[in-house]
Amino acid sequence: MFFGRFGGQFVPETLIEPLRELERAYKKLKDDPEFRRTLDYYLRNWAGRPTPLYYAERLSRKLGGAKIYLKREDLLHGGAHKTNNAIGQALLAKFMGKERLIAETGAGQHGVATAMAGALLGMGVDVYMGAEDVERQRMNVFRMQLLGARVIPVESGSKTLKDAINEALRDWVSSFERSHYLIGSVVGPYPYPVIVRDFQSVIGREAREQILEAEGTLPDAIVACVGGGSNAMGIFYPFVNDKTRLIGVEAGGKGLETGLHAASLNAGELGVFHGMLSYFLQNEEGQITPTHSVSAGLDYPGVGPEHAYLKESGRAEYVTVTDEEALRAFHELSRTEGILPALESAHAVAYAMKIAPEMGRDEVIIVNLSGRGDKDLDIVRRVGDV
Amino acid sequence: MFESGSLIPYLTAGDPSVEKTLEFLLAIEEFSGLIELGLPFSDPMADGKTIQESHYRALRNGFKLDDLFRLIREFRRHSSVPLVVMTYYNPVFRTGVREFLGEAKASGADGILVVDLPVSHAGDFLDIAKEEGVKTVFLAAPNTPDERLKEIDRASTGFMYLISLYGTTGARDSLPDTAFDFIRRARRVCRNKLAVGFGVSKREHVEALFNAGADGVVVGSALIKAISLSENPVEELKKKVAELSGYSNAL
Repeated sequence: MFFGRFGGQFVPETLIEPLRELERAYKKLKDDPEFRRTLDYYLRNWAGRPTPLYYAERLSRKLGGAKIYLKREDLLHGGAHKTNNAIGQALLAKFMGKERLIAETGAGQHGVATAMAGALLGMGVDVYMGAEDVERQRMNVFRMQLLGARVIPVESGSKTLKDAINEALRDWVSSFERSHYLIGSVVGPYPYPVIVRDFQSVIGREAREQILEAEGTLPDAIVACVGGGSNAMGIFYPFVNDKTRLIGVEAGGKGLETGLHAASLNAGELGVFHGMLSYFLQNEEGQITPTHSVSAGLDYPGVGPEHAYLKESGRAEYVTVTDEEALRAFHELSRTEGILPALESAHAVAYAMKIAPEMGRDEVIIVNLSGRGDKDLDIVRRVGDV
Repeated sequence: MFESGSLIPYLTAGDPSVEKTLEFLLAIEEFSGLIELGLPFSDPMADGKTIQESHYRALRNGFKLDDLFRLIREFRRHSSVPLVVMTYYNPVFRTGVREFLGEAKASGADGILVVDLPVSHAGDFLDIAKEEGVKTVFLAAPNTPDERLKEIDRASTGFMYLISLYGTTGARDSLPDTAFDFIRRARRVCRNKLAVGFGVSKREHVEALFNAGADGVVVGSALIKAISLSENPVEELKKKVAELSGYSNAL
């Protein structure tokens, strides 16, 4: 239930039984041949796995250091890694006999993924989304609606992702008998961080095979962005027992010193929120504080407990990249490789661009390109060129 | 901590101000077997709209943890009605469990209820509460199995708080059957006094819950709604609490 001292089930008593039911069902199903077969089938034929591992040759040459490979989760159905977890959990819910999915979403990618999975499996989908994010991500709202989901704007609190999670939890507490709460990242009470990690680990398993085939060796570093941390956990996990450097990149926003960021591991404090013991942005009285990032998908005041554990145990490093650096990387990747990355992923690209020149030409970095940038075009256009 | 047949009002500390909360507390204490005082939290995820808004109002008005203890101290100068602090875990955790509970005790609080601290994670918390002399209250839900009910009962030194329904706090027109079945089941399994809450808004609810075996009935949202809608909130609150507790003729 805990990763070291992180994690747990800090929830109101009503949710303890539904969490136990979920844990029992997951333990039973994860190695069930029929469940595996069905999931693999959808991942391959519906979602488009395996995604390619692409050698970004022009970018690597230009930087003049390590070879940079991109794990192309942006090419997955739906345009982001979120689909791996959404289809996995939706199938789990279906096997559990649930008829309805509840989801929360920040940038909208997880909402879209859940809406797609719900449509595919014939399940009702309600997506909670902060009113502010509804405004920022109009196209994703429209996509969810086209897929048959109901998008419910959340007007309470800061009107962003954390409030959408509160609202989804409130819904689940009254509807768990027929509904599954499909959490979108490696956050929340146990067993969610484990379930989401397992469904996302397909990224790392594929990347491992692909890099061995391409280079005959494991990568020297893996770089992935961290909001809640699901794409990072997914690519890190199959490498945890290797020597590869694991680097998580948090949203530094306008700079840590300004207080306008979403870097829970770098600038947060230990706390208990959304069902888990982890790091959170909060004031000295334990009130959760607002976050800032140019990327709505990283705009969460906490981080998954397993990341907190990887940080504390020293197995992974966590760094920050500012809005401006992320935007610069967005443009750089677009122009050198013809790929528009999601602003989330642009954080990881930006950090890879920092370290690649300091590394040798025979060294290898894998960047998890967790999603594509289409959803962020409005923001990029507004902010302008850097 | 309270006599059987007690009404247990819930109020959010600092909504709309510390001074006003004190007035509210003093107006209702004579009809209350125990009072629950909520510490405002930025993300009260187990609460419905009414109490959420109440927490936000208090925080917007600059409510701080020190204000909670100051308020309790002030209340204690005038009343001996038992008082339980209701909170989410993060403010306690961040302050430090010992410091928080020590300060609560020193100010005159009798017990504490932490909404999102289940008994399974409360080991150290229980030890410290015992050392500091603060009574513990834990929540139990209609879907809590008997074995776990016993565990919650053992950890509760004040009373047990039974959640009447599946959902968040908030006034409802009627109470579901689960509430009554649950009280009867808890009665068989638990030795603690049983308070029941969530959804209660009328005197007939309160009576029905007492008849089913509840020792206390908690009312929160219905009171906060009454306060926030009234021109004369102190009077309105007093009237509502007297009515719910069965003392309407006393006014």
